[in-house]
Amino acid sequence: MSKIKIVRGYPEYMRESIEAVEKTRDGRLKETFPHMSLEERDEILHKFHPDYKKEAKRPVKVGPNKGDLMPHEVADLLEAHPLIKPEDVDLSKADFDVDVLIIGGGGAGMTAALWANYSGVDAENILVVQKLRLGDSNSIMSQGGIQAADKSNDSPVLHYLDVIGGGHFTNDPKLARRLVLDAPLIIKWHEELGVMYDRETDGTMITIHGGGTCRKRMHSARDYTGLEIVRNLKDEVLNKNIPILEFTSAVELLTDEHKQVAGAVLYNMETQEYYVVKAKSTILTTGGFGRLHIQEFPTTNHYGATADGIVLAYRVGAKLRDLDAVQYHPTGAAYPEQIVGLLVTEKVRGLGAQPVNKNGEQFVYPREPRDVEASAIIRECYERNNGVETPTGMKGVWLDSPMIDILHGEGTIVKKLPAMLRQYKRFDIDMTQDPILVFPTLHFQNGGVIINENAETTVQGLLAAGEVTGGTHGKNRLMGNSILDYSVFGRIAGVTAAKRAKNAKIGKLTLNHVTKYEKMLKEADVTTDRKAPILLPEYRGEKVLSRALDIF
Amino acid sequence: MEIKQKKEKKEEIVRIYIMGREYKVPAGLTIMKAMEYAGYRFIRGCGCRGGFCGGCATVYRVKGDYKLRMALACQKTVEDGMYTSQIPFTPAEKPIYNLEELSPSVNVFLEYYPEIAKCVSCNTCTKACPQDLEVMDYVQAAIRGDIQEVAELSFDCIMCGLCAMRCPTEIVPYNVALLARRLYGKYVMPKAKHVEERIKEIESGKFDEEIRRLKETSMNNLKEMYEKREIEPE
Repeated sequence: MSKIKIVRGYPEYMRESIEAVEKTRDGRLKETFPHMSLEERDEILHKFHPDYKKEAKRPVKVGPNKGDLMPHEVADLLEAHPLIKPEDVDLSKADFDVDVLIIGGGGAGMTAALWANYSGVDAENILVVQKLRLGDSNSIMSQGGIQAADKSNDSPVLHYLDVIGGGHFTNDPKLARRLVLDAPLIIKWHEELGVMYDRETDGTMITIHGGGTCRKRMHSARDYTGLEIVRNLKDEVLNKNIPILEFTSAVELLTDEHKQVAGAVLYNMETQEYYVVKAKSTILTTGGFGRLHIQEFPTTNHYGATADGIVLAYRVGAKLRDLDAVQYHPTGAAYPEQIVGLLVTEKVRGLGAQPVNKNGEQFVYPREPRDVEASAIIRECYERNNGVETPTGMKGVWLDSPMIDILHGEGTIVKKLPAMLRQYKRFDIDMTQDPILVFPTLHFQNGGVIINENAETTVQGLLAAGEVTGGTHGKNRLMGNSILDYSVFGRIAGVTAAKRAKNAKIGKLTLNHVTKYEKMLKEADVTTDRKAPILLPEYRGEKVLSRALDIF
Repeated sequence: MEIKQKKEKKEEIVRIYIMGREYKVPAGLTIMKAMEYAGYRFIRGCGCRGGFCGGCATVYRVKGDYKLRMALACQKTVEDGMYTSQIPFTPAEKPIYNLEELSPSVNVFLEYYPEIAKCVSCNTCTKACPQDLEVMDYVQAAIRGDIQEVAELSFDCIMCGLCAMRCPTEIVPYNVALLARRLYGKYVMPKAKHVEERIKEIESGKFDEEIRRLKETSMNNLKEMYEKREIEPE
């Protein structure tokens, strides 16, 4: 392969397009592309959003959502055999007997653990199970911020309207209501934990717009908002001595004769040993499905985002919703190759950077709801052929980041977007001087396990919070509502579980639902050797896998 | 419409040594992806894959150079002749404390992390930091009890543990910094009064009626209200 000449981080041939972007910048600083009407949104979504591609989905053949359309990658997991057989596991003795079992140690899980503890459950009666390290999650990666309507020109009513409109009026209104009404309370709790939100000298929160917001209500901590919150949560969980099992996955939930969830079978990823947990409440906080690479999209998600939670919940009969709605973040990195698919935070647009095509022209309002914005970028690259092609054949549009320092003063990017700046500097790109190339990337599981306002699923004894759930955001989540979601419903799940701890009685542990599920698969003529949950994605090289022997 | 973000196969190959064992991998991969290409499946040493979690701390050296270098496996591109090994866990001290009972005093760091007084200003921690933070400077600030300085200099810390592993006097800079940020956020930064006020309004039920109306109104009405809502200007 002939070497491409690289000039300040970009192949020389891209420089011509960058010059076009520079040429139009002055004019664009004065004029922003108008936003779309609801009809226009509808049209562009139908034509260009990957969710509307019919051949990418199929009706799932078994279970409570039988007949619902889901991406093949999700349906594959629901139409798969359990990892364990009931006869392989000795349920006569529980290795752990707790009030609250929390499956997933990200933002939702840690919040639930802390609030269960605050609500009266002793630390030793809580168990947090985490597939990777405590805190390894999408929560730690979220950059842009958290929404809360706490300014005088704003109100939870307006926040509610934004949430519902952004979700195309498909949200569960009760959950959306809870989300917006509890938001300020979460900000206050975070303040008390020590979260360093960006503030004015008098304490006023510095807030900006996100896609689809009508007020500036995005609170952030530089562009490490998720990291900052998770560091605090993690330290607090450790300080409270809440027991944690790291590198341990839940591979199946347990039920009892009262048809309630009664704990889980865990699997030590390193020693391959199983453990039986009996629990009065089980809270699913397993996050989403980015690592399924739906429609072969790259993803912003962390290594463990493999949809384990929906598989576990579905096996015990919990109802799911909106799993057909996949969120593609409009701006994933399209160049350089090493970081393709990683997040370029919406805060970059929130601070004024516009998406522009190879000719330096605007083609979309910079802050449409995410699915609309993503669709416009796909249209620009594939229908209008106005994208910039990378050396590996990816197409993308420019995000004109140098506008930020022009609009808000030199040093703004250094101060407000250090993570982004660092990310690109590692590959010799200076985003204060040059635009960055972006294309939509798989970002968020909009749907999931159905919950009510108390974070209870449709199955007794099973609660859920965070990305694993569905309803709060309908078919499309807005920026800044995912940290809020896991905080609000993580907290509620912890409180609900603490209440249940007082009265719940757990009977004899069984895996009868596994036997039933197998029967259901058979009756639906599902013949497959797939097993789920998959726990981790498979990224080993093809050559190695083709020669692997299973002898050790 | 077919969205095809094609990737052509790279032909250029580099030789790397994963924990000493030689593998040939395509040039341009990160250490993490190169290890996977070679056949490793991570359980440890891999978290967010995006430079935020600090889970893939890595030590490497390039053939012909004696220097040990530090990086995040997900953020560092492989080089020909690279010897690489991960440090998936740092057995560092993390004292237990109740933040409610602490105060942002000058001595708080010396109380919980007395070893910071042993800092010899060798700057090895700073050189080890894959985030390019001024680690030694903030350790020095901690010795002085300057909470704000520690909090601000350390803010972008992803707690990968490399500074602690390199420190010749066994200081755990990243945990010192965590304590500083929490104290600073909780006790030193001014509180947002508007948050407090809004919580009181919500608790008094001020918005209940309006949200109830939105919940009950017809879809057409709701859509109209949404379209007509006023957008706060930049």
